[in-house]
Amino acid sequence: MDETITFGVNGRRRTLTTDPRRTLLEVLREDFGLTGTKYGCGEARCGACSVLIDDRRALSCTIPLGSVSGASVITIEGLAAEGTLHPVQEAFLAEGAFQCGFCTPGMIMTTVALLRETPRPDDARILAAFEGNLCRCNGYVRILKAVKRAAAGGR
Amino acid sequence: MPAEELPVDRFPDGGLNRREFIQLLGAGLLITVGPPAAFAQLRPGRAGEPAGGTIAARVHLGADGGIAVMTGKVEGGQGARAELTQAAAEELRVPVARISLIMADTDRVPDDGITAGSRSTPSTVPAVRQGAAAARELLIAFAAARWQVDRTQIAVHDGKATHGASRRELTYADLAADEGPANALHQPVPVGVTLTPVKDWKVMGTPVPRPGGRDLVSGSHAFPSDVVRPGMLYGRILRAPSYGAKLTDIDLAPARGMEGVVVVREGPFVGVAAPTSRGAEQALEAIARTAAWESAAHPSSGKLFEYLRAGARGGEAKSSAALEPGAGRFVSGTYHVAYIQHAPLETRTAVAEWDAGRLTVWTGTQNPFGVRSELATAFELPAQRVRVIVPDFGAGFGGKHQPDAPAEAARLSRAAGKPVQVRWTRREEFTWACFRPAAVIDLEARLDARGRLTSWRHVNINSGRPAIETPYRAGASRSEFLQSDPPLRQCSYRALAATANNFARECFMDELAAAAGGDPLAFRLAHLDDPRLKAVLETAAARFDFAGRRSRRQPGTGFGLACGTEKGSYVAACAEVAVRDGGIVVRRIGQVFECGAIVNPANLEAQVTGCLLMGLGPALREEMRFENGVVLNASFREYLVPRFADVPELDVHLLNRPDLPSAGSGETPIIAVAPAIANAVFDATGRRVRQMPIRLTD
Repeated sequence: MDETITFGVNGRRRTLTTDPRRTLLEVLREDFGLTGTKYGCGEARCGACSVLIDDRRALSCTIPLGSVSGASVITIEGLAAEGTLHPVQEAFLAEGAFQCGFCTPGMIMTTVALLRETPRPDDARILAAFEGNLCRCNGYVRILKAVKRAAAGGR
Repeated sequence: MPAEELPVDRFPDGGLNRREFIQLLGAGLLITVGPPAAFAQLRPGRAGEPAGGTIAARVHLGADGGIAVMTGKVEGGQGARAELTQAAAEELRVPVARISLIMADTDRVPDDGITAGSRSTPSTVPAVRQGAAAARELLIAFAAARWQVDRTQIAVHDGKATHGASRRELTYADLAADEGPANALHQPVPVGVTLTPVKDWKVMGTPVPRPGGRDLVSGSHAFPSDVVRPGMLYGRILRAPSYGAKLTDIDLAPARGMEGVVVVREGPFVGVAAPTSRGAEQALEAIARTAAWESAAHPSSGKLFEYLRAGARGGEAKSSAALEPGAGRFVSGTYHVAYIQHAPLETRTAVAEWDAGRLTVWTGTQNPFGVRSELATAFELPAQRVRVIVPDFGAGFGGKHQPDAPAEAARLSRAAGKPVQVRWTRREEFTWACFRPAAVIDLEARLDARGRLTSWRHVNINSGRPAIETPYRAGASRSEFLQSDPPLRQCSYRALAATANNFARECFMDELAAAAGGDPLAFRLAHLDDPRLKAVLETAAARFDFAGRRSRRQPGTGFGLACGTEKGSYVAACAEVAVRDGGIVVRRIGQVFECGAIVNPANLEAQVTGCLLMGLGPALREEMRFENGVVLNASFREYLVPRFADVPELDVHLLNRPDLPSAGSGETPIIAVAPAIANAVFDATGRRVRQMPIRLTD
């Protein structure tokens, strides 16, 4: 029951033959070694597995691989270009918006997706976008500052 | 595991001799602080035992100019990496960036004890400073001898010893490259090695960012669950369907028939490993379907507090009216605190690998040497043949100590002959990790005619002694901790039982204030002598404008405050709540915290803020529910931790006391928020809620 599936990962075309019911998260981590995307809950309730699928935020822990055939997936590893951090990554670094850092890639991917849709989000829009993201260190205040810094062009 | 304080300071052997140590680190100079022969005391099987002395710090000076500092402490988001790097940089007089801090690799670092009990700041920071200061003194002595000048004429700046008059310079690399000073290393470092006074701090006391932050935002940092080894398999463990259930029969054949799958049954342990997580899950499902279990009776959370009280051992808990008869008004209250879980975002995970009878494990634990010793026992190995490596991990909050995932991975790996990762699912974590102990707390007190406390009694059933003693002047005061028969596996959680004890006491103080006809702030201050506790309380009330806001209160809103002290630090919180249709919304919190001289204000602010926000969960919603041995809310859908939308308006204020020793900060900031909220709920509704989580409806 394996299938051959082709999709884009961080701008590169990937083809693999595997069980299409495996989650996108598992394949990213175990087949492609892209471990920046995290397992936190396995039920789309914590946001640690956030990636972009065709520019929209998606929770890769519940997405079967079979459903991303032909899609373009961007992970945290796909944000920095030639060693230069993405502005959202820079904003998180500048604000020190992490404690253990395990939620950080998911927070950054969520921010990237949010700012693509809404470049200048108000507080309500930000809260709505982050409803599904957990930080167990409860570093929410700095994360919000980082989101706002990124929205303000890094200032 | 008992709920009481875990051992925090143990000093067993470092685990390898000096020669092996040097081989690991490369050529250079090694400074040890502690008994001079500590490295030579190595004897198989002695790891984990006290060595009768302290290997407090190790500094490696590279001939290439690199400086490595070793510590057995771990980084789980609490900020030890930044603080310990600062400590070394301060005393070595080098920029922070020059220091590479090697943490929690049992083959490479000294055993600084478990990372718990807020001990890194008061114990390990000084230990690292002593080691670093000893290295600095050695550089000065080296330069003085070479230049034939008095050591008082030598200054150390930016990693260089300089002699102002002759403009000569020597670096740590020069020191490391010279064979002469190496002999000095075998002497014990002077006990009175000079540490930099707070007023001269250049690096300590500043907001140094967490080293390695770039790797966190780029996604390149390898957490324990990101460790990949060649040929690694993914493991899953067969779990009982309910607590206490015993496996009576299982057919392993369905999994054995699957390609690439390894199946292991060793006593009660049954696990599988496969080339993918999905493969392991399918193999596990295939055999789990064949399993037969004998279930066991288990109490339900609905009857938890009756059960704990009935199981209380010793003491006078079952008798009422325990205070001696006496004059004055008698007031009493019973408080309940539910079981909760840490729920770190990274679940318990380990990668195990065997090589020629040596076991290496990568895992997220606060207890690297403890896990090493448990693995050595479990697999009948000398401790030196077990290496535990703890990459900076996805948080622990006081509860990641046990060797479960490491032992499971090691068992599977031994059978498979390949490295194996075991990463617990969130449901496994919620069911099989461990829980902050639930509490039943009885408080009794008497007030005299002037509204002064004359006697006090505090009984904690099941959760523990921390902060059980009242900081208030309360006349004749007694406290008791009674163990019970806990239905869940208990372990420490940041602040341990201090949260429960302080919740009960601070709610009770509000009840007493009302009984005495005084206001909550004045009543507390009238019974407080400790100037540090008074300072945080008065500062918190003033910054929040507690009296003013309370006097302008709108219907349905309320204001409460609470304070407390534990492990040498002090906290006070004020809260504003709004109550609508039985629901409680926390609108605003002001918190003031003081822990002596601040080592890193940015990290401290993060710790204090994170701690208080984390505390909103158990205060309002978090509670393990279980029935017939099954956890009913083993997911983030049903177990509700704080989210972005729960963050109230916040004012976090840190009092710096450079005149006092630095205490830890990862625990105490959680103990005031829940009682402040409960007291605010009373202020809003007139109802005393004597339980955590605080709820007005069932």
